[in-house]
Amino acid sequence: MSNATAGSPASGTTPASGPATTGTTPASGPATTGTTGRTLCVPGNEACAEGALYAGVGFFAGYPITPSSEIAEIMSRRLPERGNRFIQMEDEISSLCAIVGASLTGSKVMTATSGPGFSLMQEALGYGIMAEIPLVIVDVMRGGPSTGMPTQGSQGDVNQVRWGTHGDHSIIALTASTNQTLFETTVRAFNLAETYRTPVVVLYDEMLGHLRERLSIPEPGELPLVERLRTGVPEGVDYHPYLIRDDGRLPMSDFGGVHRYNVTGLYHDMWGFPSTDPHTVDDLAHHIYDKIELRADELAQAQEFYMEDAEIVFISYGSPARTAHQVVHQARMNGQRLGLLELQTIWPFPARMVRDACRKARATIVVEMNMGQMYYHIRNAVENPRSVFLSNRVDGRFITPKDLRRVLRIVEGQGE
Amino acid sequence: MSETKKPAGYYLRERFMPHLWCAGCGHGTVLNGLVRSVDELGLKKREIVMVSGIGCSARMAGYLDFHTLHTLHGRALAFATGVKLSRPELKIICPLGDGDALAIGGNHFIHAARRNIDITVLILNNRIYGMTGGQYSPLSGCGIDATTAPYSSIDEAFDAVRLATASGATFVARTTTFHVHQMQQILTQAIQHKGFSVVEVLSQCPTHFGRKNGGLEAVDMLKGYQQNTAPVGSKKLENSPDLIPVGVFVDEERAEYCDRYQGVIDRAQGGAAARTAPVGQGGAAAQGGAP
Amino acid sequence: MGTKVSKSKNLIDSILINREWCKRCGICVAFCPKDVFEEDEEGTVSVPRPEDCIYCELCERLCPDLAITLVPKSQPETQTAGDAS
Repeated sequence: MSNATAGSPASGTTPASGPATTGTTPASGPATTGTTGRTLCVPGNEACAEGALYAGVGFFAGYPITPSSEIAEIMSRRLPERGNRFIQMEDEISSLCAIVGASLTGSKVMTATSGPGFSLMQEALGYGIMAEIPLVIVDVMRGGPSTGMPTQGSQGDVNQVRWGTHGDHSIIALTASTNQTLFETTVRAFNLAETYRTPVVVLYDEMLGHLRERLSIPEPGELPLVERLRTGVPEGVDYHPYLIRDDGRLPMSDFGGVHRYNVTGLYHDMWGFPSTDPHTVDDLAHHIYDKIELRADELAQAQEFYMEDAEIVFISYGSPARTAHQVVHQARMNGQRLGLLELQTIWPFPARMVRDACRKARATIVVEMNMGQMYYHIRNAVENPRSVFLSNRVDGRFITPKDLRRVLRIVEGQGE
Repeated sequence: MSETKKPAGYYLRERFMPHLWCAGCGHGTVLNGLVRSVDELGLKKREIVMVSGIGCSARMAGYLDFHTLHTLHGRALAFATGVKLSRPELKIICPLGDGDALAIGGNHFIHAARRNIDITVLILNNRIYGMTGGQYSPLSGCGIDATTAPYSSIDEAFDAVRLATASGATFVARTTTFHVHQMQQILTQAIQHKGFSVVEVLSQCPTHFGRKNGGLEAVDMLKGYQQNTAPVGSKKLENSPDLIPVGVFVDEERAEYCDRYQGVIDRAQGGAAARTAPVGQGGAAAQGGAP
Repeated sequence: MGTKVSKSKNLIDSILINREWCKRCGICVAFCPKDVFEEDEEGTVSVPRPEDCIYCELCERLCPDLAITLVPKSQPETQTAGDAS
């Protein structure tokens, strides 16, 4: 592994808003069990699990799959310690279905898988989107397609996360390049799931999943948490599970509570009952799509490094961003004006942020471990698509500084 | 003479009646019997979560004033497992179709039975995929006509009772929409039973199965259930073993999955004494009161 | 099957048929042991001989449309719907 910078890339501000804070209650982090407030040296998968535990996950259902099994193993140990519940289901389909059921009883829920399992989860993911169920899915990406390369990483599921399930819909997908930011990203995923009552995918590659590095766990309350928004409608008064409030949020009512209503994957009215009335269908179709797509700017989040006067901009995400940061950092030492935009929100695609970042740049180099899945979206977003280049690897190996410098020379007209 | 404490309407979402099932469809009779069992047990509507899949049988959930979760074809038991394990105090009832339960849903069915999780499953067996227009199902059996078996079906059928028993279900019964008194009694037993309960209800589909197989109408098919069945362990069954046995086949006690998981929590928290209230979980704790 | 108390003729006050819900499948007419029901050529069911009813409940339980309600004579009107549980 190339000499990745220790810990999270140093300088860099987070221009966009931090974790969603709309409607946060006084941060009531989980009771201090185990590891809060301490610094650990753990693999990425454990950082992700710790993030979920910090966010207050109360139910996990999963199925063994390399390279994400460690998350299920940690959950099977830690959840019962807090009186919560874990189950290993018979496949990934039933794992996602089970957490939908548990979410409806009022728990924060999560499952974790990798490419092949994520492919199996698509129909149930669509159900979670249509029925607007808060849940978090972790996809630790490995070589694909098919069985691919279970123990090596890739970023080949990026577009599947967006369009894997059928029909028009929107989805939130977040990623990270270090254990510390992965922890925070997972907390953010739970906050966004509760805020927008939607599935959120935490997407990272196997390298990060198995990369052991420092993680300092914040004190309870240090990171704001968004708790389940429950309806205040009293018993006996008509509760509408799918009537959108002015602030766009949809208060829920736990199964077992005073309100009895229907949840379905069919198009439905404000009470949750099936409807094929064109007006109802059209409204819901737009709501399911616009709820997140129209908030792309608000949800956009990235880390910028040396972007102010950058002539050539790298855009990357996940583990490859560590390599890009190394190259940009060293280039700056030699007075070369490079910059790095590290995306942390993948979906909804942060088009405006990308367009602004590339406006002044002579060239943009997209760095990812696939055949250019983000590259095409970035080309569409910028004003000068011809200035966007791709530096990628799909051989399962880590993208190295040497790879990037080679592309850089080509971009600058100096040949390999 | 059973005394219905409350009229059926108390349990129904009457605004959606009449229901969408065809004239003479047995599923309405199962709904009829289920309402009586729930009433007989005096269950509160807010304690019950009905989780159904996709198909004619699944639409039953819409008509009942419980918490209702209309899920994906074949996946009801996976959703139901999440609901039950997350809040074990809820009573879970799953009306499944024969294809819903044992074709696409077969894997979830045998695993839920293996776990002996406290869920009551009704397999509304009309031996056909009704909603999609009359294709044969895993319980159709050989020699029947269906839209996907124009030259008569060659698929053997599961024996749902033996499949459920072999998978680990601790209450297994079969009844029919003709045996309405027995059906209520068996449904009551199944709902009351702590563990995975399976009740296969032979339920006539005159529109697709009946019409394509002998031009039978609802009344003929109900008479068929009367003539072609015999109580478990009866002389009648002994004399003609090819009749379909109805009644209770399995009724045994075995540790239930959510109870076992409470053991995991106790061990994780260092013995029962150290048990703390669940953290970050909805349910009673967050709502400040028992459901 | 539950013990059956022998039924005198006048146990039944009335047999109600919800015409909106009834889909005229003919099951009640076919299985009533006392032929209390009759159906016209369109299948619409009527109750010409309610006094013959022995309150066996087959019709009420078999009915796929939940359209038949037997109102017993002696019992007080059962609780009406609408009391939230």
